[in-house]
Amino acid sequence: MSQIEDVIKVEGLTKVFNHSLVAVDHINFSVKHGEIFGFLGPNGAGKTTTISMLITVLKPTGGTATVLGNDIAKQSLEVRRSIGVVPQEYTADEDLTGYENILLCADLYGIPRSVSKKRTLELLQLVELTAFKDKRVQTYSGGMRRRLELACGLINRPAVLFLDEPTLGLDVQTRAATWNYVKMLKREFGMTLFLTTHYLEEADALCDRIAIIDHGKIVVIGTPTELKDGLGGDIIKLAIQKEVDITDLISKIEHVKEVKKENDIYIIKSANGEVTAPLIIEALRANGNVVTKLSLTKPTLDEVYLMYTGKSMRDAEESRENVSRQRVAMRRARQ
Amino acid sequence: MSEEIKVSKNRLHGLWALTNRDLKKWYQNPIVFIIGIIQPVLWLALLGKAMNISSIFSSGSLPAMPQELAATFTAQQLQGLSAYFGGLQTQIMTATFNTPDYFSFMAMGMVAFVTVFTTAFVGISVVFDRRLGFMNKVLSTPVSRSVIILSKVVSASMRSVFQAAIVTIIAYLLGLQLGANFTPFSILGIFAIVFLIGFGLSSMFTAITLRTTRMETPQAIFNLVTLPLMFASSAYFPIDKMPDWLQAIANVNPISYTIDAVRRLMIFSDGYGPLVTDFAFVGIFALVVTAICIVLSWRYLNK
Repeated sequence: MSQIEDVIKVEGLTKVFNHSLVAVDHINFSVKHGEIFGFLGPNGAGKTTTISMLITVLKPTGGTATVLGNDIAKQSLEVRRSIGVVPQEYTADEDLTGYENILLCADLYGIPRSVSKKRTLELLQLVELTAFKDKRVQTYSGGMRRRLELACGLINRPAVLFLDEPTLGLDVQTRAATWNYVKMLKREFGMTLFLTTHYLEEADALCDRIAIIDHGKIVVIGTPTELKDGLGGDIIKLAIQKEVDITDLISKIEHVKEVKKENDIYIIKSANGEVTAPLIIEALRANGNVVTKLSLTKPTLDEVYLMYTGKSMRDAEESRENVSRQRVAMRRARQ
Repeated sequence: MSEEIKVSKNRLHGLWALTNRDLKKWYQNPIVFIIGIIQPVLWLALLGKAMNISSIFSSGSLPAMPQELAATFTAQQLQGLSAYFGGLQTQIMTATFNTPDYFSFMAMGMVAFVTVFTTAFVGISVVFDRRLGFMNKVLSTPVSRSVIILSKVVSASMRSVFQAAIVTIIAYLLGLQLGANFTPFSILGIFAIVFLIGFGLSSMFTAITLRTTRMETPQAIFNLVTLPLMFASSAYFPIDKMPDWLQAIANVNPISYTIDAVRRLMIFSDGYGPLVTDFAFVGIFALVVTAICIVLSWRYLNK
């Protein structure tokens, strides 16, 4: 396989529904070979619209994008041949067995039966569904269906796999299991993965790089660490027994970037909280001071999200009425 | 992880896989399968036998000749008249329906007509695939858009042929009177014409429901379309006895041509002449509607 540095390259991609609803607004990004790239944003931000355009199910109204060097508009057939898709919904046919479903997917990719039968059994093994292969999908649990969708998405051995909200509506355990599968695909097969999610933990745990999308625009792209570092590092809060000012003392300690005093609490920003905190305690003790309270907070993506979009992810989620109205509008427009 | 394999690049790849999926849903579901067989039995046994039109024209339904009138005839003349009126039934029936047996006339109409019922369900299946996300998955695979539509059309046509065979067998068991035109090859002819009309009708129903995701739409269309298709055709009554305006509609109704072909092959006795027109009309109908449906699928399945 010839190596293409930018597996996905997106330039000015835009989708306007019904001449008025701008779902995706001139976005630019590229996904490198072998990385897990995440699209993070609240419902209705344009994640599914973007993925639909990249998998050539939806036609863009502006801009271009290439997947493995093939233009999504002009070479859609080549794109579809080389990618795998795990959609948001359960798309397997409930009346067929797991085995029949994967075999059907193989047929849709034009894979000859001599190859596809063997591959189907391998994939069933991979997603641990071998024991249920002859059961109708009707009888599968949510987690099993998710795994079946994953197996279907892998049948053509894609170089890029698109996952749309891979853990939507799954319980904690199944979600963790799904993450393991995704990591394994990258590790074992060197696959490039593009996923969308509105779970911050998921983006943090899985992705090499994240693009935060809001109202159809990408607000920031970076690794989870970069994004969090952009906030200025970890925050240590502490209180001491004696009423003396220790600002200068703390400022000299390694990694400390900023010290503020609010009431009796010192708020310290540090590039590496775990190293700084013990050093502070030691320095204060040598100085004859006793630390009475101490807390260490690592910045989370929620704070990143808040910084770039001006609203907390949870707040964004909470205006459900808005979201659902927009979703219905988009769904109608999409169909 | 890429071991090189030859992937089919045939434009029609995936057609059989998708067709077979639809067929499996049908023959692996015993309830749907059995209801599909029972339905034509009910139509034939109840309606077909209830509308006993030939009995209207039997001499038994004529009033007895008044005594005064009978007295004016000689015994020989009476015998002649009785023979004349006795034979009227067959003559009227043959002149009207081209066969002496109305049940046979209607049963062969039903052969064509179960196709309408069978193909109308395609619309519902298209909507289901859209709603359940299956359509979206298929759209993200290299299967051509026309194949997605054709698979629906082919599976419905195959089911129609199967249903037509069932109706023919049941009609035979209930006393179908075969005409002089019948040969064992007629059965193949029926399958061919039913496959053609099935192709056309299911394309029509698919085209109508291509854009919708609402369940009510195909159902409403089904109710709207089936009645006129059924009664503005020769399914129950010969076209040339209809009023002019209705004749005009029935004469462009492809169902009429299908029914005529089926009857000609099975129960008529006056030669195969019009079969050419029947097949040509139904074939062109199927071709045109399928072409329209495929063009619409390019337009509406690529959003």
